[in-house]
Amino acid sequence: MTGFLTLLKRDLALAAREGAALGTALGFYLVVVAMLPLGLGPDLKLLSRIAPGVLWIALLLAALLSLPRMLEADHEDGSLEVMVTAPLPLELAIAAKALAHWISTGIPLTLMAPVLGLMLNLDIALTPMLVATMLVGTPAISFLGSIGAALTLKSRRGGLLLALLVLPLYIPTLIFGISAIGFASLGQDGASASLLILTAISLASIAAGPFAAAAAVRLQMS
Amino acid sequence: MKPMQTLTQRLANPTRFMELSRAILPWIAGGAALFIGYAMYLVFFVAPPDYQQGETVKIMYIHVPSAWLAMMGYSIVALSSFGLLVFRHPLADVSAKAAAPIGAAFTLAALITGSLWGKPMWGTYWVWDARLTSVLILLFLYLGLIALRSSLEDEALAGKLTAVLALVGVAILPIIKFSVDWWNTLHQPSTGFTSTVDPSMRTPLLLSAIGFSLLFFALHLKAMQTEILRRRVKTMRLQEVERGERLFTAQAE
Repeated sequence: MTGFLTLLKRDLALAAREGAALGTALGFYLVVVAMLPLGLGPDLKLLSRIAPGVLWIALLLAALLSLPRMLEADHEDGSLEVMVTAPLPLELAIAAKALAHWISTGIPLTLMAPVLGLMLNLDIALTPMLVATMLVGTPAISFLGSIGAALTLKSRRGGLLLALLVLPLYIPTLIFGISAIGFASLGQDGASASLLILTAISLASIAAGPFAAAAAVRLQMS
Repeated sequence: MKPMQTLTQRLANPTRFMELSRAILPWIAGGAALFIGYAMYLVFFVAPPDYQQGETVKIMYIHVPSAWLAMMGYSIVALSSFGLLVFRHPLADVSAKAAAPIGAAFTLAALITGSLWGKPMWGTYWVWDARLTSVLILLFLYLGLIALRSSLEDEALAGKLTAVLALVGVAILPIIKFSVDWWNTLHQPSTGFTSTVDPSMRTPLLLSAIGFSLLFFALHLKAMQTEILRRRVKTMRLQEVERGERLFTAQAE
């Protein structure tokens, strides 16, 4: 377990000291959300209706941007090979890296969403539900994303391929995240059911993601 | 005494697979042509138009088998991937690689026929209901498999990585299968081949399903043969290059 924590701390320290990666993701999130009203026209009613979907999709794209970095740097400088041969199971090492990705990308993006929600005229009463769905849903983004990052480690057109592989896997997360907000906005009591399914998706990806990602990394290292 | 071998073990020898598949392929392909031909004859000349759907019901005889083969295709890819990663069966990778584009084609056929049927019946080509969306995700998964495989030059590695992705994607199959039961959607639940469908429609549908399944197997076998031959040609080319190099160095000395 100490190995897991060490790796987690190392990745978080790297993310914090580098700073630029997080800044890029947050900046991308801000720019994409800011572009939309310019494209759709400043109709506040329309914006407030589509705000949850816009915020969720932009969050997916922003998180997707930072996925390749999860394993790429370690692959380039050889520390990934050390992790493969280390006594700590590679599955746990990947889990630590995915968790670090969630803490360093998923949570900041989630915290930024309410602010962007104000720009899109999102109903303030819906903001807690928006943040709740994102907090519960973003672990799935990091852990499913680790599979994509591992699979595209050696491919020639990594970034675009990663999007093609991972975005379909994100669709259920998106659907249930949006449906929870939709139920809440109509005042119906289906929101908690959607939140529970979202939690189930996240837990399943936390359980399965590291195994698939570790298998993919091992295949490429041998 | 020779040790007993199961069929899959015996098929691990590509030469034996080629012999066997060459022998049975004409029968499967012929059967496919026969079944599809007879089913289409029944569909267009015998089966009555539906009392509600009119003539558009004829699309169903293509749509239902395509949708079923879209899922069966993915099951074959997933099973082959499992066989590759767990048992390292030499033909599993060939099978997975051959099945993916065929499955993708049937998925696309199911989506297109479905939307052509949806326009007159539902009044729209596309709705975002659970069944349609999950089949669309299945198409994306197929495309992801094909793209991932083509992105790597090392074919053995590409096969194994694609297998990992194929196994991750298996989660979509139960979602597609049960989407019409779990969610109250526009797409009607499966009637299966139950007695609620009149025999005049059930028989052609059944024949068409058998025919298209045979077509799938015929295409799959042919694609596997092609892939094996392609790999052989590649190996022979590499050997040729090596021999050329040896000759060249020998002459230089």
